[in-house]
Amino acid sequence: MSALGLSLMLMAGLALLLGAVLGFAAVRFRVEGDPIAAQIDAILPQTQCGQCGYPGCKPYAEAIANDEADINQCPPGGDDGVRKLAELLGRDYKPLNAEHGAPAPRALAVIDEARCIGCTLCIQACPVDAIVGAAKHMHTVIAAECTGCELCIAPCPVDCIAMLPVGVTIPTWRYPTIPLKVVA
Amino acid sequence: MSVRQLHRFHGGVHPPEHKMASNGSRIEPAPLPPQLIIALSQHIGSPAEPLVAVGERVLKGQMIAQASGTLSAAVHASSSGTVLAIEPRPSAHPSGLAAPCIVIATDGEERWLERQPVPWRDWLAAGDVRAIRDYLRDMGVVGLGGAMFPSHLKLTGGALQTLVINGAECEPYISCDDRLMRERAGEIVAGIALLAELTQASEVLVGIEDNKPEAIEAMRLAAGGSAIDIVAVPTIYPSGGAKQLIRILTGKEVAAGVRSTDLGVQCFNVGTVYAAYRALEHGEPLISRIVTLTGTVAKPGNVEALLGTPLDFLLHHAGAHDEMEACIYGGPMMGFALPTLAAGLTKAGNCLLAKSQAILPRAPAEMPCIRCGACADACPAELQPMDLYWFARSKQFGRAQERNLFDCIECGACAYVCPSHIRLVDYYRYAKSEIWAAERDKQAADLARERHTFRQFRLERDKQEKAERLAARAAAAKQQAAGKAEAAAKTAQAATAVEQASAANASMPAGDTVAASKGAPSMDDKQAKIAAAMARAAARRAGTPATGDTPDPVLPSVAAAQNEPATPAPALTESAATPAGSDDAAALRAERIRQAMATAKARRTGTLAPPPADPKQQKREMEAARLAAMSVDERAALEAEKKAKIAAAMARVAAQRQGEETSAQRQSEDQPAQRGDEEKS
Ligand code: SF4
Ligand code: SF4
Ligand code: SF4
Ligand code: SF4
Repeated sequence: MSALGLSLMLMAGLALLLGAVLGFAAVRFRVEGDPIAAQIDAILPQTQCGQCGYPGCKPYAEAIANDEADINQCPPGGDDGVRKLAELLGRDYKPLNAEHGAPAPRALAVIDEARCIGCTLCIQACPVDAIVGAAKHMHTVIAAECTGCELCIAPCPVDCIAMLPVGVTIPTWRYPTIPLKVVA
Repeated sequence: MSVRQLHRFHGGVHPPEHKMASNGSRIEPAPLPPQLIIALSQHIGSPAEPLVAVGERVLKGQMIAQASGTLSAAVHASSSGTVLAIEPRPSAHPSGLAAPCIVIATDGEERWLERQPVPWRDWLAAGDVRAIRDYLRDMGVVGLGGAMFPSHLKLTGGALQTLVINGAECEPYISCDDRLMRERAGEIVAGIALLAELTQASEVLVGIEDNKPEAIEAMRLAAGGSAIDIVAVPTIYPSGGAKQLIRILTGKEVAAGVRSTDLGVQCFNVGTVYAAYRALEHGEPLISRIVTLTGTVAKPGNVEALLGTPLDFLLHHAGAHDEMEACIYGGPMMGFALPTLAAGLTKAGNCLLAKSQAILPRAPAEMPCIRCGACADACPAELQPMDLYWFARSKQFGRAQERNLFDCIECGACAYVCPSHIRLVDYYRYAKSEIWAAERDKQAADLARERHTFRQFRLERDKQEKAERLAARAAAAKQQAAGKAEAAAKTAQAATAVEQASAANASMPAGDTVAASKGAPSMDDKQAKIAAAMARAAARRAGTPATGDTPDPVLPSVAAAQNEPATPAPALTESAATPAGSDDAAALRAERIRQAMATAKARRTGTLAPPPADPKQQKREMEAARLAAMSVDERAALEAEKKAKIAAAMARVAAQRQGEETSAQRQSEDQPAQRGDEEKS
């Protein structure tokens, strides 16, 4: 009896101890935030344009994670983006919802500096602080940081901001997809 | 000479060499073209920055673009002449896309910039390797074997164990290095000695494939008596790959992600050695290179062509036949078909191969992979090409990367042996460029995410700070208002204000302003007045020449305003001239200017702003009237171009500062903007 009892007690004690350790760890090392929303956010293009109907990519990611939004509302992400989201969430692919706009070639905002009156309205609109300037001085766009969201276009009182398409240059050129002609 | 134990690399193939066509004749100077199209990006890394302007006269050898950043090299005028244009021109790249170039109209005089050898030995003795590196960078010396890696970056200052000089030239058809070694062995050996001194190499090995006996002989003669070991290596493609040659000569395996320098080995192409020698001993920048012109041409051979010589000019010189259907830049294994011949010769251009059906028949249609493994046997980088092909084809780039896609040197050995004629290298290039593009997109997205998050944080922080400031002000106003309550209570208007203020509510801005102005005028009030006066003065100045198309009533009213800039206006007049003086008017300026802009916009679209509204007894309506009146005023200014606009914006800023309490809504929009400026500036 004693051997059996001892081992039973030992096991019970161990179970309790480990349970306590696990319980403590669960509280102490809890992962903050919603990992699924973060994974969705990682797929979204971060243009922060609001075309999806949410004030930025992260809120949209959270809405998808909470099942409040569909996965086909982000035009900058394009079809590829929807596919990736579908794969991540184990849902069916569906084409982009045209209500939210169509994917457009990537463009950069460019300020006609001679016409800018320095009203700072575009700075307030830019979701990524890609515009520099000071009140009553001309403003300009930091090309490397502009996401092409077009949010600065509407507020400009003198309409001096234009979106210029980003052309393909040699460093950004992609080797063409090979026509797959597999003889059956 | 010495009997050296050679090693083997994995795989390799034996394509027909076809070198005889071009290696029989001496290197000839190519004729001077009427125009030189000199690309700014003739090296790995950032393109060079132009130093000349259109229309400027340049001398042969003059630096026309300087290195930008670490990974870059300078570019020089290959001949004397005039800069015709600095613009994107089609480039010698598989895409054929335009890239920035400097176009020089040659004057035929070939006038050199004064050349001076540099005292690099003194620099070296003084331990100043940096000076030598900078000099080589400014001489535009880059790897001429095809990689175009800026050579100065290979001189790390540390001592090397083995210096490997690459004279293998394994690619079919090409014979530029062969001819260079045969004809200029002395200079190459001098250059090797120089590099050996710079790198303090204890051992110098020159690898030359044994299908070039004349070159080996010439090099051995030139190197006689020195410590330079000229080694004949077996002819097997791609023995001229840097990793492969290092393996053959030293037995050292340069693993993925390891730089050969870390193993104490460094490899230079013979052409590069020659260029470094000309630069250091003769002060000559890299302005020309040897090019093999071969294939279906009348006069195959090697020419020394100026960089920037248009490729069609070179082909014409060689007498390209009519049956030429494409021109390959580089050799048949690693080169690519040029989409355009209008590009200028670059530092990478070792060969122009005029292709015809007879010379390089079009590959038969691709068949499915039968997993025969021939490609894996041939791969010098010991990869599994059929797997990489599969992953690239099915767009599983991550898995291709896991299988060391980036170790692939694109030698083409696998495609050469593939019985299914699969253009394997094209798939790898495609996969690599997709991976790079995804990497760029990811970096851009990460940057945008970070900046957006920070912006959110900044807006939140500003809101908090403002709330605190407002609370403090409201408390102060409450005290003041309490003290002056009796005096203020004289007019009904003010009484309302006091009531509002004593409610100590930050969102009751009008009362706050009035109370503050009735008490001791703050600094802000003065500043607002000054700014307002300045604005009006500027508006007047700008407005005067615009009389022709400005509505008449505006000008007199502005003129009236100038005499009494800071006079407090009778609160109930609708005069357009006076509002700036009154305190609450200053507080309302932001609204006005916004209105003015709306007017300007409306005018642009053809609809004129409505005429000023009639003044009413009610305060609100009176303000509206003044607003509209001001908008006419400002309209004149706006009409008169930017100066007035700037003035208006100035006024607005001042008003913003003053009017912080005026409207909670306005604030929450404007203040962050200023903050944003500060942070960025
Ligand atoms: S549409 Fe796409 S890119 Fe634009 S904010 Fe929404 S998720 Fe971001
Ligand atoms: S500059 Fe304009 S287009 Fe670019 S990110 Fe800012 S708001 Fe968007
Ligand atoms: S919104 Fe237009 S006018 Fe105002 S600062 Fe920006 S670019 Fe200049
Ligand atoms: S050589 Fe061609 S057919 Fe054979 S395994 Fe490789 S890719 Fe497939």
